[in-house]
Amino acid sequence: MSGESQTAAQYIQHHLQNMTFGKFPEGHEQAGQWGLAHTAAEAKSMGFMAIHVDTMFWSIFLGVLFLFLFKKVANSATSGVPGGMQNFVEMIVEFADSSVKGAFNGRNPFIAPMALTIFVWVFLINFMDLIPVDWLPSAAGWIGHNLFGMDPHHVYFKVVPSTDPNATFGMALSVFMLTLYYSFKQKGFIGFAGELTLHPFSSDNKLLQLVFIPINFVLEFVALLAKPLSLSLRLYGNMFAGEMIFILIALMYGGGWITGIFGGFMQLGWAIFHILIITLQAYIFMTLTIVYMDLAYQTSEDH
Amino acid sequence: MNINLTLIGQSITFAVFVWFCYAYVWPPLVNALAERKKQISEGLAAAERGQHEQELAEKKAAEHIKEAKGQASDIITQAQKRASEIVDEAKDDARTEAERIRVGAQAEIDQATNHAREELRKQVAVLAIAGAEKILKQEVNAEAHASTLNALAEQL
Repeated sequence: MSGESQTAAQYIQHHLQNMTFGKFPEGHEQAGQWGLAHTAAEAKSMGFMAIHVDTMFWSIFLGVLFLFLFKKVANSATSGVPGGMQNFVEMIVEFADSSVKGAFNGRNPFIAPMALTIFVWVFLINFMDLIPVDWLPSAAGWIGHNLFGMDPHHVYFKVVPSTDPNATFGMALSVFMLTLYYSFKQKGFIGFAGELTLHPFSSDNKLLQLVFIPINFVLEFVALLAKPLSLSLRLYGNMFAGEMIFILIALMYGGGWITGIFGGFMQLGWAIFHILIITLQAYIFMTLTIVYMDLAYQTSEDH
Repeated sequence: MNINLTLIGQSITFAVFVWFCYAYVWPPLVNALAERKKQISEGLAAAERGQHEQELAEKKAAEHIKEAKGQASDIITQAQKRASEIVDEAKDDARTEAERIRVGAQAEIDQATNHAREELRKQVAVLAIAGAEKILKQEVNAEAHASTLNALAEQL
C-alpha cells in the first residue's frame, strides 16, 4: 500500500484515477489555465477538455515499442533461416495473417497489418496489468514528489490503458470509422442505406415496406452502434475487472502476515489466470475487428 | 471514468500505428515469408527432380551393366573358340612336322640301306669272284665270266 494514512476506499480510488491534464473550469483558483488535476473531483470538473497523460503515455510507449521491435526485425528479415526474434515475429505475423484470411473475404491489404497492430498493441497494453499494481504508481508518486514537488497522494497514475474507457473507445472508434468508410466504399450510399433500412423486415407491398423502413432503421442502427460499443466495453470491462481484483488483492498486504502471504498466493494465481485473459481479449479485439471489416465488405446480404 | 480528449488522442494514435505497421512493418515480413515459401517449394521440387534423375540414372546404369555383361560373355566365348582353334592349329602343325620328320628319317634310312646294299653288292661281287677264282682257279677266266657275275650281283 502506498501510504498508512489512506483508507482502503481511498487506496482503491487513488488507483482508479487517471493522471489528468486539462483546463481548469470556472470557479477554480486557476480557472482557464491548463494543469494536472490534484483530485478526482478536479479531474471530473475539467470535462472534455482534458487528457489522460498516463493512458496516452503507456499506449504510445507500448505502440512504439511494438513497432520498433517489429520494424527492426522487418529490416533484417531474410527468407533464409530465421533467427530467434524473427521466428517469433513471423509466428505472430502468420497468426494475424491466417486469422484475416480465415475471416475476411474481401481483398484489402490494409486489414492484415491492422489486425497485427491491434493484436500486439492490445496485448502489450493488457500486459501492463500483470505488473504489480503499486510498482509504477509508487514510482510515479516518488518522481512527482521529489522532482516536481507534488504531494504524492495527488500523483495519480493508472498503468493499464485498457482500463481507461477512453483508450478502448478510441480504438473502437477508429475501427468503427473504418467500417463506415469501407461500407460506403463497397456498397455505395444507396447500398449502405438499403442495408440499414430494408432488413430484417421486408415486404413486396410498397406501402407496407414504407412502414417497415423506420422500424428496420431503428433496429439496424442500434445494431450498427452496438458493434463499436461492445468492442470497446468488452475489453474495458475485462481489464477493469482484472485490475480491480489485483487492487483488492494488493489491499491484503496491509492486513498483516497471514493475509499478506495469502494475498501473495492470490496475486500469483490471478496473474497466471490473467495471462489467459489478456491474450484472449487481444485476440477477441482483433478477430471482431476483422469480422466487422468483413461485414463492411459483404455487398449482398442474405439473411 | 471521464470521457475526454484522450478518446480522440487514442483514435489518432491507433490510426498512426496501424498506418505505420501497414506501410513499413508488414510488407518486408510478409515478403520474407512468401520468399521462403517459394524457396522451400522450389527446393522440394528440385529434390523430387533429383530423385527422379537418380532413378533414371540407376536404370541406365543397370542397362549398361547388362550390356557389358553380354559383351563380356561374347568376348569370352570368342576367346574360347579362338583358343581351341589355336590348339587345333598347333596340333595340325605338330602332326605335319612329325610327318615331315618321319619322312626325312625314312628317306635317310632308305638311302643308308641302299648305300649299304650297294656296298654289300660290291663286296659280294668281289667275294663271289674271289670264291669262284679259288674254286675255278685255272679254268676260269675272270674276264670271260665277268658279265655273268655282274648279272648275278645285280640280282641281289
